[in-house]
Amino acid sequence: MTTKLFGEPVRRREDARLIIGKGRYLDDIGAGALAAAFVRSPHAHARITDVDVEAALDVEGLVAIYTYEDLTGPMAEPLPVLIPHPQLHAPRTGYALANGMVNHVGEPVVMVVATDRYLAEDAAERIVVTYEELPVVVGVDAAREARAVVHEDIPDNVAARHHQETGDVEPTLAASPHTLSFTQYIERSACMPLEGKGVHARWDPDDASLRVHSSTQASTSVRAAIAAKLELSLDRVEVVAPDVGGGFGVKIVHPWPEELLVPMAAIRLGHEVKWAEDRREHFISSAHERQQRQEITVGYDDDGRITALDVHVWHDNGAYTPYGIIVPIVTATQLVGPYALPVYRVVVESVYTNTVIVTPYRGAGRPQGCYAMERTMDRVADALGLDRAEVRRRNLITPDQFPYDHHLTFQDGRPVIYDSGDYPGLLDKLVALVGWDEAAALRADAQARGKLLGVGMALYVEGTGPGPYEGGHVQVLGSGKVLVSTGLTSQGQGHETVFAQIVASELGVSMDDVEVHTGDTRRFGYAVGTFASRAAVMSGNAVALAARGVREKAIRIAAEVLEANPEDLEIDEGLVQVKGTPGASIPLRTVAVLSNPLRYAFDEAAKQATQFAGPGDDSKPPVAPGDAPGLEHRDYYSPIRSTFASGAHAAVVEIDPQTWEIDVVRYAVVHDCGNVVNPMIVEGQVHGGVAQGVGGALYERMAYDADGQLQNASFMDFLMPYASEVPDVVIDHQETPSPLNPLGIKGAGEAGVIPGTAAIASAIEDATGRRIASMPISPTELYDLMRDETAERTAASQQTSLQTGVPA
Amino acid sequence: MKPAPFRYADPRSLEEALDVLAADPGAKVLAGGQSLLPLLAMRLAAPATLVDVNRVPGLDTVEVTGDGVRVGALVRHARLLHDDTAAGVQPLLARATANVAHPAIRNRGTTVGSIAHADPSGEMTSVLALTGGSVTVATPEGRSTVGWQDLFVGPLETSIAGPAVVVDAFFPALPERSGTAFAEIARRKGDYAVCGAGVVVTLDADRRVSAVRASYISVGLVPEVHDLTEAVAGKPVDGADWAAAGALARTLVDPDTDIHASADYRRLLVGVLTERTLTDAAREAAERTAA
Repeated sequence: MTTKLFGEPVRRREDARLIIGKGRYLDDIGAGALAAAFVRSPHAHARITDVDVEAALDVEGLVAIYTYEDLTGPMAEPLPVLIPHPQLHAPRTGYALANGMVNHVGEPVVMVVATDRYLAEDAAERIVVTYEELPVVVGVDAAREARAVVHEDIPDNVAARHHQETGDVEPTLAASPHTLSFTQYIERSACMPLEGKGVHARWDPDDASLRVHSSTQASTSVRAAIAAKLELSLDRVEVVAPDVGGGFGVKIVHPWPEELLVPMAAIRLGHEVKWAEDRREHFISSAHERQQRQEITVGYDDDGRITALDVHVWHDNGAYTPYGIIVPIVTATQLVGPYALPVYRVVVESVYTNTVIVTPYRGAGRPQGCYAMERTMDRVADALGLDRAEVRRRNLITPDQFPYDHHLTFQDGRPVIYDSGDYPGLLDKLVALVGWDEAAALRADAQARGKLLGVGMALYVEGTGPGPYEGGHVQVLGSGKVLVSTGLTSQGQGHETVFAQIVASELGVSMDDVEVHTGDTRRFGYAVGTFASRAAVMSGNAVALAARGVREKAIRIAAEVLEANPEDLEIDEGLVQVKGTPGASIPLRTVAVLSNPLRYAFDEAAKQATQFAGPGDDSKPPVAPGDAPGLEHRDYYSPIRSTFASGAHAAVVEIDPQTWEIDVVRYAVVHDCGNVVNPMIVEGQVHGGVAQGVGGALYERMAYDADGQLQNASFMDFLMPYASEVPDVVIDHQETPSPLNPLGIKGAGEAGVIPGTAAIASAIEDATGRRIASMPISPTELYDLMRDETAERTAASQQTSLQTGVPA
Repeated sequence: MKPAPFRYADPRSLEEALDVLAADPGAKVLAGGQSLLPLLAMRLAAPATLVDVNRVPGLDTVEVTGDGVRVGALVRHARLLHDDTAAGVQPLLARATANVAHPAIRNRGTTVGSIAHADPSGEMTSVLALTGGSVTVATPEGRSTVGWQDLFVGPLETSIAGPAVVVDAFFPALPERSGTAFAEIARRKGDYAVCGAGVVVTLDADRRVSAVRASYISVGLVPEVHDLTEAVAGKPVDGADWAAAGALARTLVDPDTDIHASADYRRLLVGVLTERTLTDAAREAAERTAA
């Protein structure tokens, strides 16, 4: 077979298009569209007392101004709570345009439509909104203390109390030989796709239909939301995700106010309307993630085996909860990582603050969970004077324990049962890959160069590929071209390549003949979306099943033509042939023609399928009962539950004890996502994830001041790492196939980012001997920590009298 | 992030540029645009007219003489970075421009524009001060020279008022028996410095330290030159205690806290960078001083 492409490092077929500027992103669409701009709240918490648009009315090119008063029907209601949950006892969402109150800087108040974006901003600038400012809640501690409240009717600022436990924590802790309690923090960051959000809508009054392009991760659900909110029949609305310049989670949230308002304006104005988010808007009105306060108590024995873990997380969900409590649930359930914890209790209190909403950002609660668990492992090791790798090893779930049931309920409402894995294998590979056991020599070498060196590691397990389902459609045309369609969207991950690899392998055709379409409701109406490292698992298996259906039908038709037994046929390079009998074959494209009995011939190939082309079987109808014309098949993959990928990262950092600059000099990754469809793409995903992990650990934060103003809402001050800040990454793979799906694959999209903060915190702690309990950490903060006489020192640093060069 | 409406003029002579500026008090000169255009896009600045001087002849020259380097208003940072002749007379030009942002910005941004912008985080404002430089200002009344001490009034603010174009900046030559160094610490490579330092060390004929001057980036509201001579005066170049000069520098500066660094941390870096750059500058000074 020459067409087995599954598992090969096939080059990304979309890159040529995207790299040379042939991509078609949202703002490339609709050159003649009217442009929307928004007046957004400059206050974090205020009552709107007046909106005066008078001064804007004489701006040349102004077309329309909309305020809340202009919204009718479902548009005037709050935005949906997308994922309701019984423990989300006080959900709140905003309105498409503010209804008398604003709860964070950046909330949309007025929509302006003009002939171009410049004029729309000119008009927006002249609109005078009068606010009555209210006390502001910023940060998880302020929310917890609740001296001020975000929503008047929620006096404790608590949106949800998520609680899971697997046994009786208190007596187990009481009976444990040792316990440790500590509190730690992790800060906000954000997805920051290079392309912001954007929406273009065109209403066709003759056809009474709406076509919307949105830079989204969930076109089918955006479609449903628009239809519901604008009171249109679903069949009158189509939503297409064009090329999307990164998502990382922020574009799975929907409907964004703009996704509803732009179509609304297009219908009312009878003209296409477009809004392309700018960077400042993205910072203050999209979504952030990650801020938590974690209060942890762990019980353990003399060998470092954990007896019980009790975790109380305070999670900052921002001003609203449109995406439910997915992030808290993911933290709560993924925190346990690769470890067998005899008893585990977790409570996540999700609290409101007057800041941008918190919704999944690549990792989606897992980096926080990993940070909690892995820093616990480091503390246990330090307290007992044991090697950090060894303490982890003693607590790992072993390969003979699969499937491993944690007795927890995951974000998809299904049990957290690990399907497969080899965690000791990961750890062994990591220790070898990073040179863990040679750390002392590395440290001595660095010391000779005047640097402090530290190593750190972190392990994770990632539930990937949650349901409920995805579908795939595969169709072979008479030209031999194979059309593949799936409803979930692409944001640059390489879906066109991997889905083509899968279909080419399953069907036995050349990849060149396979064309992949994603995220277009005109082609595929049923889909869930791209999130939770699920595209390869969900749509990959769905298109594989669809291809298998096509293959089966092709062989059935070819068997009749070739008068052969179907079991003797194979498909290779687009040719259906009798195994071992050269010449006894029929091209797949001919099978496609024959699959569709025709009355009319429109080209040479079609003639073969017309009614007088050859002797037919008069005893049967041209299309048999239960059969359908065409060589195509649609199928769905719906998993029983998520599949669990895993990995282990290690970081080596060097710190300049004069300037406290922190340099990640080596970064090692061992990664297990089951069967790998394309190792080059998986490695690319890991690289990108590590870059975001390093960003989250050392550079990025959302610098809100006490008034709820974001101080660093630009790429000048929000320090997304450049290539110069991202270390070289060495990768080793382990492949533990998933028993849950036909292809044996697990998701790989988010893995790279998950352990970064934990591993780098561990390495800095190792280098400096100071307890690192708040991340990210910058040089100025490390300097403060190093000269703080009261800062906690690790036991290891006191035993080895580590030289850390405390400054004057 | 679209600019407010503005008129655009692209004069073909300095006189024409000054006419446009004189006619419109809200006019602003556009050269490389690397600082001005983001301010326009964020509507933090809304000049009524942009006077694009890129087509004005005669402003794109670098004149190198024994006295120093005169840099025209349209000379890009990248050109100074690669001008070995200019660097031979005043090495700080290439050393500092290497730290100006990223190549794409250096290819468009102008050194004189950066000085006229008067950002205390800018490298070239500091270098103008450290070298004791000046700018030439053209107005409808004629040309005048403004020394660096009289130029910088506050952050993003110069003493230049009314219709005027800064047509060049003059960087005096490095004195004999002197060496320089320039270093920055930025959060990411190419970012505005958290702290930067440029230094000049001058020796006497016996290779003893006779003068030490330093200027810092992102420290203080306007460029300042600090005389650190007293910490090391008269010491043989090989035996000078550059850490002492760093310690002295820490007492002289008054940095601010921002979201990237505390004032204390900046002061720490002033000490470290002073010591490090002086060590390098002293080595160069020694090489340039006959034994």
